[in-house]
Formats: sequence, structure tokens, C-alpha cells
Amino acid sequence: MAVTEYDRAPLVEESTTDSPLARKLEALWETEPGIVGFFTTVDHKKIGIRYIVTAFAFLVVGGLEALVMRIQLARPNMTLLTPEQYDQLFSMHGLTMIFLYALPILSGFSNYLFPLLLGSRDMAFPRLNAFSYWVYLASGIFIYASFAMGHGANDGWFNYVPYALKAYNPGPNMDFYALGMVFLGISTTVGSANFIVTAFRTRAPGMSINRLPIMTWGTLTVSFGNLFAVPSVSLAFFLLWMDRQLGTHFYDTTADGQPLLWQHLFWMFAHPWVYVIVLPAMGMVSDGLPTFCRRPLVGYTAVVLSTVATMVLGFGVWLHHMFATGLPFLALSFFSGSSFIITIPSAVAVFAWIATIWTGRPVITTAFLYFASFIAMFTIGGVSGVMTASVPADFQLTDTYFVVAHIHYVLIGINLFGVLGGLYFWFPKMTGRMLSERLGRWNFWITFIGFNLGFLPMHLTGLFGMPRRIYTYPPDLGWNTLNLVTTVGAFMLAFGILLLFVNIFHSLRHGRIAGPNPWDGPSLEWAVPSPPPPYNFAVIPVVASRHPLWEKRLGEGIGESSVARGLVLDHGKETIGTTVLDAQPDVILKMPEDSWSPFTVTLGMSVGFTGLILTYWTPYGWAAAAAGLVLTGLGVLVWLWPERKLGQVAEHAHA
Amino acid sequence: MPSAAARMRTLPVGSVGVRASGWWGMMCLIGTEAALFAYLLFSYYYFAVQFGRSFLPNELPSVRLSGPDTLILILSSVAVWWGERGIRQGSTVRLAIGLLLGSVLGAVFVGIQYLEWLDKPFVLSADSYSSLYFTITGFHMAHVAVGVLILVVLLAWSVLGYFDRVRHAAVSIGAIYWHFVDAVWLAIFFTFYVTPYLGW
Repeated sequence: MAVTEYDRAPLVEESTTDSPLARKLEALWETEPGIVGFFTTVDHKKIGIRYIVTAFAFLVVGGLEALVMRIQLARPNMTLLTPEQYDQLFSMHGLTMIFLYALPILSGFSNYLFPLLLGSRDMAFPRLNAFSYWVYLASGIFIYASFAMGHGANDGWFNYVPYALKAYNPGPNMDFYALGMVFLGISTTVGSANFIVTAFRTRAPGMSINRLPIMTWGTLTVSFGNLFAVPSVSLAFFLLWMDRQLGTHFYDTTADGQPLLWQHLFWMFAHPWVYVIVLPAMGMVSDGLPTFCRRPLVGYTAVVLSTVATMVLGFGVWLHHMFATGLPFLALSFFSGSSFIITIPSAVAVFAWIATIWTGRPVITTAFLYFASFIAMFTIGGVSGVMTASVPADFQLTDTYFVVAHIHYVLIGINLFGVLGGLYFWFPKMTGRMLSERLGRWNFWITFIGFNLGFLPMHLTGLFGMPRRIYTYPPDLGWNTLNLVTTVGAFMLAFGILLLFVNIFHSLRHGRIAGPNPWDGPSLEWAVPSPPPPYNFAVIPVVASRHPLWEKRLGEGIGESSVARGLVLDHGKETIGTTVLDAQPDVILKMPEDSWSPFTVTLGMSVGFTGLILTYWTPYGWAAAAAGLVLTGLGVLVWLWPERKLGQVAEHAHA
Repeated sequence: MPSAAARMRTLPVGSVGVRASGWWGMMCLIGTEAALFAYLLFSYYYFAVQFGRSFLPNELPSVRLSGPDTLILILSSVAVWWGERGIRQGSTVRLAIGLLLGSVLGAVFVGIQYLEWLDKPFVLSADSYSSLYFTITGFHMAHVAVGVLILVVLLAWSVLGYFDRVRHAAVSIGAIYWHFVDAVWLAIFFTFYVTPYLGW
């Protein structure tokens, strides 16, 4: 039995990754190889990479769906797809990209990087981290099961009632989508709680709140946003499912229900969500771009405050998605005003990046090109967004391809391009090898040109009046050429992404060996080997500035950061817990071993949700749902059972 | 030559009170659950504003059952609080009594709520008011049921001697959840049983 204690004064020592201490830590933190380790690992680095791989898989699926639609729309009066097939394709494309790709990819990067950026050994809740991945995967499979059965979501990603109600949409399509979103919401919520507690409580001593890397700020901010936004959409979808299967009257007008309740609940979530899927990517740019400009980011404090301000204001603009629904004039004015105001904090980041490039000495790499083009496309997507903040303009533009162009500039420009830049930047850390720069240039330019060729003309398509979500169009409305150009651009974009995968597979085997710090970066993740050992840091570093690896050159901070010399925590799996603001050492945290619980609880929940969807066909579904509930409860009980090794149990009863 | 080893000041080890990660995780859970109930109550007030008096049932909801039930829930919070204070002073017995009382009172609350459900002249699928009434109180009852289970499990663990003056983070985490569930009820009670009498 492990001997634990109530308190201890940890040693402060110098150590490297080939010391006896490191070998001891390696044995403690290593994941068991093989199939058992696959299901039980709680290593944030493995989980982060899983998130990234899975999210890219969904990106490919969603992209292929888009390409099929673009073939259908390439010429007028095409008959490749039936209207119902087209409905399912654009709905699945939208929900895949927005829910199954855009946030999970950022969660992947944050999962991988948080403990490395913060000088810690794992996320605050390692098992919860594994759980959030498994639930993400299970809910993605759940939602795609409907598509495989030919019952995919078919009412668009925002799924307006009354069309989503049973009277108009009797198949199981909407039930799959509704329950799948409730399921996915669990993953997002626990993941967010994990990021918050990790960023608040498990930082290297001395990394006070004003020294956090901006990417950490981005993810921390949106995690708070998620805690308050996700319940809204989970509830909206749950009420929809009740209306469809239990005969309640939330959204139909027959018994004092109100279809607009759906739009309110949905957009109270979904507008903050827009910021949720871009702010961490903006944070990645704020950390990556300065490395290639050979200087710290201009205006750290302003960028951080504007990140937080954007999220807070993001909760006060949802009505601008509903301008055309006949709302009172006062509401239109207020939400139009708030939608204009929110551009100010967004612009702060743009000017900070431009100033960083302007006053720096840029090193042009593929990652830099992605980050720099991110700024340009953020500006385009931002301006087209401000245009729709104006009520009269929105009356004209809403439900046209202009809005489709806008959302793609936001999602591809400010999410995907940041992610691709981040991938080129951190791939060496994750794999130990560099991505090829030569292939990288081809990858970047083809992606960049293809994207703009596809989506810049789409603004015009919308201004010329083409409504979104129509499966074909007659030849005499002046939309033919524009649509053909968009299709060509879409295929070029897809080819660019294909080159990325070629680059990845090639570089995994043949890429140049990276070493710990190939870009001469300033933050802690570059102080450890690439890829990092399972325990990340042999000793917990002590931080004295924002740029621990640059501070000799910058002369910032008080005193000196100490990376090679730090706290020795080796009485089992341990890391340091620190205070929220000043990051003073507060507690020695005991970290859990690898565990089956995250996987088994996910299985229990999967049984439960499968049972609920089965009630569409058979009342026995309720029995399965109840069984799933019991399994989940038992699984949670096993998971949370207090352990002596984790310092959760009294050493001597009645001491 | 690396400089000599030194020692840092003494730090607590493992799960200790509000230093435990689990306590912070519970704060996040409470935040998101509070938002969930806020959106549920938003739906109620949205309908109330949209439809006015016609949204409410002809006979306004009465406090005959819900009033005493509210007191019972508050008492259960007091019992759990008293028990948790006990373990802070090292008394496992006081903790066990507090948890036992708290879980029994919680179960009584659910029972009386169920009686009130049976007492209602309408069903879930009658209209938007009935849908909301059963959904919101149902969501809350589910939370109370989970809370009672948590208290029972904590009771079992305290009987097994898992907790002492220092190591009782699980109790604090479970207790704060229970107080939260009770506080939510006050918001629901105010919404369903008080606001209809405030005039339209």
C-alpha cells in the first residue's frame, strides 16, 4: 500500500530528462502499451492528438459532403441529388463542421498544449479529459448513424421549428440530431470545466495570471462561455425531442407554444458559440505569430481584455440572427447596436497582430503565412459580419449566399487557417519531426487561393439574390458563372487540404528531426523534448516572466525563470496546484492512474442515448435507456470511489 | 555543477477542502447547472410575457403542498451543513447523522412533489404551461434524486471511516451541490408559486 502523507515540503533540485528521477517519473506516468493502454490512457498528449485526428476526420467527411453539393450547384438544373438528399447533405455538412470539427480541433490543441504551456504534468482532471474525448467520439458516431441509415438531419444546422417538429418532419432524423447534440453537449461541458480548473489551478509557480500564454486565455475564456451557453442548446434540443416524442407544446402554436422560443434558445447558445470556435484559434495566432516576428506580441493586456470582452458581449448579440422575424423596433435597435460594438474588441486583436508584424522581423514560414492570411480573412469575415449587424442591410442579405460566404470566411478564415498554422507550428513538438516547408508552401497557396476563389464571389451570389439551401436554380438568373467559379474554388481548396495530408504522412517518416525548440519559441512547451516524455517536466519549473525562454534577451520580469531547476514531485503521480491569481504553490495534487472508467461510463451513456432513440420504433427503448442510466450511475460510482493513493481517504480513521 | 538541493515550504498533499481540484470542478458544474435552470425559467417568463394571464391555468398554483415541502428542503440543507461542520471538527458521527437526516428529508421532498404532480388537474401534453411545469419541476426532482444518492453514498463512505478532520473533500463537494439544488428550488418556487399572484 502506498504510504501517503498529509503534508510535505518538496525538494527543489536540478534535473534533466536522463536523470534517475526522470526514469522514475517515466515508469510512474507511462501508459501501458497495447489495447489496454488504448482504452485506459489519461495522458493529455495522447488525448489531444486523438481529438485532432478525429476532428480532422470529421473535417474530411464534412468537406466531401460540401464537394457533392458543389457539383450539384455547379450548373443550373442539375439532377445529381434529390431535394431530400441535398437537405441532408447541407445539414450534415453544417453540423459536422460547426460541432464535430470546429471546437473539437481547438480542444485537441488545448488538451495537448495546456499542461506543456503551463509547466504542469497533465490536465487537472485527467480521467475527465479521456471521458470528454470518448463522449465526443460516441456522440459523433451517434449523429452519423442517422446519416448512414438515410435519416440524417435535414433542417439545416440551426434546425428551425416548426419544420423540425413531428408534424412536418415525421422521420427519426430530428430525434437523432436532438439527442446527439444533448450527448455532445456533455463532452463540451466537462471539457470546458477541465480547461478552467487546469488554467486556474495547475500552473507552474510564478506564472501569475498576467503571464499566461494568450492561447490559454482564449481557451479559458471560451470554456467559461461554454459553461453558460451549452445548457441553452442542450435544453433547446431536449425540449424539441419532448415536443416530438412526448407531445409537449414548447414550439408549436396549437397550445400556447411559441416557435420563436427555439430561435431564442438556439441563438443564445449559437452566437456565443461563434466566438467559442474562433477565440482559441485567435489565441494560437497570438502565440504563434510573434515567434515568427521575433518579438513579443504587441499589446498583451489589450488583447487579453478584448478576448474576454468579446466573449461577454457575445452573449448580448443573439437577436441579430432573428432580425427578420418581426421583433419590436426597440429590440432591433439594441441588438444592432451591440453587434456594432462587439467589433471593437475584435479589431483590437487585428491591430495588435499587424503591429507585431510591422515592428518585428518576420521569418516567412508556412505557419507564418497561415497566421498572416488569417488576419486578412478575419478582416473580410469581420466586415461582412458588421454589414449584417445593420438591420436594413440584414433584411436584404439574410438567408442569401452572402451569409453563407460570411460564415465561411469566419469558420475557415478564423478557425481552419489558425488551426493549419498551429499545426505547422506545433507538429514538431507533437511528433519530433518538422513538416516539409516546400510541400507546405504548395499546401498554403493552393488552400488560400482555392478558398478565396470559392468564397469571395459567393458574396456577389448572395447580393444577386440567390437564397441559401436551394438544391438547384434556373439558368436565367445570372448565378451560373458565379456558382461554377465557387465549385472550382471548392475543389481547389480540397486539393490544398489533400496536400496537407500528404505532407503529414510524408513528414511523419521522413521529416527533419525537430529538436526541443525548432522555432526558438518563448514558452515552456519548447523547453521539453519533442515529443515530450509522459511526465512532461522532470521538475516543475518556476516562472518569472511571460517568455521564460526569451527573458535573457528581453530583460523582462523580476528575477529569472528556472526551468531545469524546480520542484521534485515523485511520490507517485503528482503535480503542483497553485493559487488562481499569483500562482503561488498551494497544494501537491495527486494525479489518477490510467482508468477504464471514462470508457465504461461513455459506454453506459451510449446505451442510454441509443435506448432513447430506439423509443422512436419500440417502447422497449425505454428499458434500454433505463439500463444505460443505471450503468452510467454505477460507472460514476466506481470512478469516484475515494482512493488512498489520490489522497482522498483518511490515513487513520478518527485521527 | 548544479546548485545544491533545497526544500520548499510545507504544502498539503492530496484532496484538502477548497484546495481540491474536485471542489473547483463542482463550482464549474454548479455554474453550468445554474445556467440550465436559468434557461428553463427564461422559457417560463418568455411564455408568461407572450401570452399573459391566458398562459396560466385557471386555478393558480397553491402553496398547500409546495410550502411545507420548501421548508423540508431548507431543513435538509441545514442538516447537511451541520454534519459537514461536524467532520471539520473530526466528528464522523455528527457527519453521518447530518447526511442521514439530509437524505431522508430530501427523499420526503421528492415524495411530496410526486403527490403534487398527482394532484394536478392537467398532464404534460395539455398546453405550454403544463409542459413547462412538469419539465422544470421534473428536471429539479431529477437533481434532488441525484443529490439524495450522493448523500447516501457519502453516508456509506463516512460509515466506512473514509473521512477525518483533514480528508473530507468529497463531503464538502457533495454538500455544496446539495445546497445548490436547494437554492434552485427557491427560484423555481418563486417562479411558479409567487409570481402568478403578483398581478398581470
